[in-house]
Parts: sequence; structure tokens; C-alpha cells
Amino acid sequence: MNKLKFIIESAIKNNPTFVLLLGMCPTLGTTSSAMNGMSMGLATLCVLVCSNVVISMLRNVIPDKVRIPAFIVVIASFVTVLQMVMQAYMPLLYETLGIFIPLIVVNCILLGRAEAFASKNGVIDSLCDGLGVGLGFAVSLTILGALREFLGTGRIFDMVVYDEVYGSLLFVLAPGAFIVLGLLLAIVNNIKAQK
Amino acid sequence: MGKLQSSLLNMVLSLGVITIVAALILGGVYVLTNETIAEAERKAQVQAISEVAPEFDNNPLEEQFLYKAHAGTKDSIDIVVYPAKRNGELVGAAVKSVTKNGFGGEIVVMCGFETDGTVRNYKVLKHTETVGLGSKMQEWFRTDKGSQNVIGLNPNRDDVRVKKDGGQVDAITAATISSRAFLEALNDAYKAFVMMQNNREEGERNE
Amino acid sequence: MLEYLSIIITAIFVNNIVFAQFLGICPFLGVSKRISSAVGMGMAVMFVMVIATAVTYLLQMYVLEPFNVAFLQTIVFILVIAALVQVLEIVMKKAMPALYQALGVFLPLITTNCAVLGVAILVVQKNMAFVEALVYSVSTAVGFTIALVIFAGIREQLSISRVPKCMQGVPIALITAGILAMAFMGFAGIKIG
Repeated sequence: MNKLKFIIESAIKNNPTFVLLLGMCPTLGTTSSAMNGMSMGLATLCVLVCSNVVISMLRNVIPDKVRIPAFIVVIASFVTVLQMVMQAYMPLLYETLGIFIPLIVVNCILLGRAEAFASKNGVIDSLCDGLGVGLGFAVSLTILGALREFLGTGRIFDMVVYDEVYGSLLFVLAPGAFIVLGLLLAIVNNIKAQK
Repeated sequence: MGKLQSSLLNMVLSLGVITIVAALILGGVYVLTNETIAEAERKAQVQAISEVAPEFDNNPLEEQFLYKAHAGTKDSIDIVVYPAKRNGELVGAAVKSVTKNGFGGEIVVMCGFETDGTVRNYKVLKHTETVGLGSKMQEWFRTDKGSQNVIGLNPNRDDVRVKKDGGQVDAITAATISSRAFLEALNDAYKAFVMMQNNREEGERNE
Repeated sequence: MLEYLSIIITAIFVNNIVFAQFLGICPFLGVSKRISSAVGMGMAVMFVMVIATAVTYLLQMYVLEPFNVAFLQTIVFILVIAALVQVLEIVMKKAMPALYQALGVFLPLITTNCAVLGVAILVVQKNMAFVEALVYSVSTAVGFTIALVIFAGIREQLSISRVPKCMQGVPIALITAGILAMAFMGFAGIKIG
């Protein structure tokens, strides 16, 4: 029970998209639809959980001065594994997300969590932290993707809500990514201010 | 257990071990997934071919025919013809055609033809056209509305170009460049298909 | 010559790395509060991006592919970039102290700039020739700098104008970026030659 609370808390308090403002590139680049956003979020979640666990296991055998390169090697390995597995079993999705899959390596969330949490805490805690932050990221990306898809094409997860001709294409295109995220952040700020 | 000291030996050792283990794991996963990746790619090809070509019982991948369109110009492209045969008889083909003149760059289309060159079906394999405009081509040119449908047309008999260029096909609303590029790929595919048929007949005569 | 011009215009305007490809957003939002730092960051990115692209390109062609280990691409590229940034920092400090003074602070930030790794991977994916890859990386960096400087100019103005409380900071910056991206969409479809 405690762990579950911890996961949910870190998903909200350490939400990469709306609170920490990390990992902006995939957030903007892959959320043209709810499905794409969710897939990217889940891909990042997988890598984050794995790298958090391994880094936490290795935290005592990595000397301080070389910890950053060591973390990068661990993260990059998991990203490459993910890349190959996706290419083999989900080629269509791999094609859609394209360059953003290898670029998970430079997503600041991963290195950030490794440095701030996994290198200082136990394996189970790090696993929960990875799950929480990763879920927070995945949910945010899904929300952003769903909103853009809804405003742009009148659909959510490919289910028609209203006719496509009334949608504003702008939201699916590049400018829409910036604008929708900006407005969402303003709403989050407003909620925070009222508390 | 305390934290390892940052001595040179420790640093080199731990980084080295981590890197070697990582490389080994990656190598292992590579060996495991390598074949599946190749298989998935092959499957996707066959899937696209059987979607557009008439029913066949041969292996079109093995009998493919390469045609270089616009050779020598900057538009030079490779078009691959996959002949579809039933009982050894040619019944049509799937042609993988490319154009670099799309609005966003390259468009790759798999076009299916009957033996007489009638367009049977098509499938856009890859494109970077604007979402919601040029990207509609997957559906647009097969929808029976006005004269936007290209399926059933024959490039030999019909003028498969956009109306703006004097042809008979309706371009996608607000995406003439994408439509023009798509039809160019289709026409090139037809040319490649005819080339393949001629070559084959010549080959047969020589035998 | 024409094809190089085409690469340059496409990379700077049509497919601008920030507005069309969504790479390098973190420094774009982080180091764009003043024009002077935006220019510095842009120059530092150009410096690293060109050298990194050249090194990773040669590695890919003459090491990874001949030895059939192209699957190590991601891990090798990111390590090379990280190491390169370190070496550059040391060399610059010794050999070009003036330049180091100007760009030094931005260097450590570049390792996690996804634009650098992104360009290194893209030139390999697009099968570019070596010279094309270099031209592409220079013009991408120019595009990045232009985007950064325009954006910083607008943010300098924004900081002295009245913005609704909940929109202050990042939200208004993102919406500004959205409008800029719209402007850059006007370049779409431009063809040379």
C-alpha cells in the first residue's frame, strides 16, 4: 500500500512534463495522436524502470567520478535493446516514432532520475520511483496526444468524436504541439496557485 | 559495503566491466532479434505485394525486376517490379515506385497492375507529406467521388495526371504538389511494368 | 553546388530543427532569456555538432559497419559525443581561452542536447555523403541558432510586458514558440533546382 502511494505521489509531484519540464523533445515531437503519445510514454517507462533498477544495483561499485559515463552506458544499452525488440515485433510503431526511440538516451528524465534517485536509494525504491515518474510521463504524453488528436481530427484513439472537417489541422501540426502544451502548463500553474 | 573509492584502477575497472557486459548483452539480443527483424521486413513486403497485386502462387520477391527511371537526371530512381504469376502465367504485378517530388520529400508507393496495365490497387508505404493534406493520398485516390479514383484506370489509355496538368484526375484539395508526385510515381510504376513485360518477352524469344 | 544550397535552405528554414523536428527543445527553452547567451549557445552547438557529426560519421562508415556491429550505434555515438565535449572543454581552456570564456559555460549542457545526437543519427539514416553530412550539420546548427536568437529577442520583450499570472514563464514561451513555428511553416514546400 505504502509503495503504491509512493508511486502515485512521484507520478504527480515529479511529473516530468508538467512539473519538472524535462524531456520536452519527445513530448512535443511524438504526440500527434493519443496512440503515438502513449507508445512513446510506455517506451520511455520501460527504459526508465530498467535503468533505475540496474543503476541502483550498481550504485556501490561505480566510483563517483565516472558515474555519469557509467549511467549513460547503462541507459544507452537498454535503449538499444528496446530499439531492436521494437524493430522485430512492432515494426510499424518503430517506424512512426522514428528517431525519437534512439533519442531516449538523451532524455534528461533518465539521467536525472539516475542521478537524483537511483544512485542513492535501494533497488525496490528505485523501481517504484522509475514506475511512478515513467507513468507520469506516459500519462502526460497520452493526454497531450489525445487533446491534439481531438482538436485536430475530431478523434481520440482513432474513435470518431465529431466530423473531421470541423477539426483544426493546426493542432496536429508542429505549432499545435507548442500551443497545446503551453495552455496545459498554464492550467497546471493556475491549479497550483489556487492551492 | 561502502562506496568504491575513485582511484584510477577502480574507475577503469568498473567502467570497463560495465561496458563489456553491456556490449555482450547487446550482442546477444542482436543475435536473437536479427532474424525476426529481417523476417518482419520481408513479411511487410509480401503483405504489401499481396494487397495490391492479383492473386499469385509464385514468390514475387525472387523474381523481382529492377528498372531505373529518369536515369542520369537528378530525379534518377530505382523502381522494383514484383511479377505476380499463377501456374507460371503472368497475371499482373506489384511495383514499388518512388518519387522525390512530394511536398515533404520522398513518397514510396506500391502499385498493383493487371497484365494490360489497369491499376488494380495501390498502397502508400512511406511519405512525409503534411498531415491532413497530402497524407490523405492513402484514401483519396481510391474513393469514388468526382474523378479522383485512379483504380481501374489504365495509364496507357487514360491520362493519369492531375487536371491542372491537363490530365483527368482530381487532385487532393489544397495538396496539388503531393497529388502530382503521387501520380508521377504511379506513371513511373506503369512504365517499369511495361518494361518488365517487354524484357520478358524478348527473353522468351531468345530462348 | 545546387544540391548543397538545397540542403542548406531545407535544414535552416523548411525543416528547422526546433520548429519542425522538435529536437533541441531543452536548450531552446532554457538558454533563451537573453540574446547574448542565445548566440553563445548557438555557436557552441555549431562547434560541437559539426565535429561530432564528422567523427560519428567516420566511425559508422569505417568501424561499425565493416565489423557488422551497427547495432552499437546509439551507445557509441552518445559516448563519443560525451567524450568529445569533455576533450573540447579541456583543449579550449588551454588553447583558446577567449573562446572558452565565451562558450565554456554552455559546453557541459550540450551532451544532453538531443539535436547533436539527432543530427549524427539522421545523417547516417539518410545515407548522406560525407560532405553533404558536414553541410547538413552546419546548416542545422545555423537553423538552431536563428531559432534561438529570434526566440530570445521575443522573450526579452515578453519579460517586460504584462502577462497573465498563470501564463508567466514557460507557458507563454511555449505559445510564442508555437506562433513562430507557424511562421516557419510558411517555408514548407520551397524547392531549389
